[in-house]
Amino acid sequence: MNPTVNWRKWLFGLIFLAVLIPAGLSFYRSRHLAEPVVLGPGVTGVKKLSNYFPGIKGSINDAKIYILGEDSGRGSVLILGGSHPEEPAGRLAAWIIIENAKMKAGRILVIPTANPSASTSTRPGGAYPPDYSIKTPWGEQKFRQGDRWSNPLDQWPDPEVYIHYPSKQQLAYMDVRNQNRTWPGRHDGLMTEKTCYAMTQLIRQEKIDLVIDLHEAELQYPVISTIVVHPKGQDLAALASMTISAEEGFDIGVEYSPEALRGLSHREIGDWTEAIPLLMETPEPFLDATRGKTDQNLLLTGRDEFVRKAGKHGLLFEKLDEKGWPVDLRVGRHLSSIIVILKTWSELRPDRLIEAEEIPRYSEVVGKTTGFYLKDPARAPANRLFFE
Amino acid sequence: MPTIITLIYYLLVGFFSVCFLYNFIKSKKWSEELLYLIVLLPFLLRLFRLK
Repeated sequence: MNPTVNWRKWLFGLIFLAVLIPAGLSFYRSRHLAEPVVLGPGVTGVKKLSNYFPGIKGSINDAKIYILGEDSGRGSVLILGGSHPEEPAGRLAAWIIIENAKMKAGRILVIPTANPSASTSTRPGGAYPPDYSIKTPWGEQKFRQGDRWSNPLDQWPDPEVYIHYPSKQQLAYMDVRNQNRTWPGRHDGLMTEKTCYAMTQLIRQEKIDLVIDLHEAELQYPVISTIVVHPKGQDLAALASMTISAEEGFDIGVEYSPEALRGLSHREIGDWTEAIPLLMETPEPFLDATRGKTDQNLLLTGRDEFVRKAGKHGLLFEKLDEKGWPVDLRVGRHLSSIIVILKTWSELRPDRLIEAEEIPRYSEVVGKTTGFYLKDPARAPANRLFFE
Repeated sequence: MPTIITLIYYLLVGFFSVCFLYNFIKSKKWSEELLYLIVLLPFLLRLFRLK
């Protein structure tokens, strides 16, 4: 071989390795970042989805379920964070409930990472940061950024067309990895379908009354700042919406789950279980297609000049000013909404009472920040410390 | 069935990774060498289950 060519190949090879190794290490670290959860005073047990459906055992999606309160024949609510992990307010709200809430009656079951696989990847071509940090009084706590869809490393390849089970409705191919398109799930389906099947079994076996699925939405999407509810929960959602708008310091609407769009939690859980599903959306400019630099700052402050410009052209379904949509505000909205929904539910169904305390509401989270309510894992006893 | 499809997929990724590497070694044009390496990168990241 020509010595020049040989020399060039070695040079190219070294440059190739200089790109491959740091990139590979970065992806590996991001995928395996352990997020600490300190069990709060209300947590009485931790289970996994495989306790309800053994078919998910050994899978990355054998998610942890944190149980607050005792099963005393009162009501139970299941709170889902991280169905779409790229919508961090839902996960952070779930974290705060686990680490702070106490039960007076009934139970709260929390899954902070409902799709663990999706929390280990970021969107191809989206230039997402690998993780983000929340400032706390004891330092910073780091969380995985995550994506909307399960990680292709865990479920791949996608079909040409995704045929939803059991409706047989044809959906976009990648939504076979979208946890909010695979309800009620399938016991012999793909991983994401199995995860939903396991959660459906959990809802049935634990006699869950309410399921609250926490999400965030881009401002160019009309379903935003709202509670989407199955028709059987119309009264509950309408009353909660009015109370929130009157007492909590922000407005939230109500929309009814469309019957023709299948696979979503607010439709299928209501159709296939006894529970009433409610899905909540807060505004997250990070998700808007016309956003600028997609970094941790945008994720946490919700400030973006390009999305604002879209707003000036009337393209947004939610207001956006120079203050943006900070994560504390979004987390606070979810928490206040949960507080009011549980209060309203308990008034409507005193026989299925669910009463919790020490859940911070909107004004408190905005005043003290999200990080104020996260507990220091270094000070937690080993048996009260878990990792997501 | 999904497990078998996934296995075949990884075999394909491995096969093409070897092809790109072989072509990189055999090629005598610098632009082609560079191209083979750029294309090889995502294949290796998937093969090693990194991305």
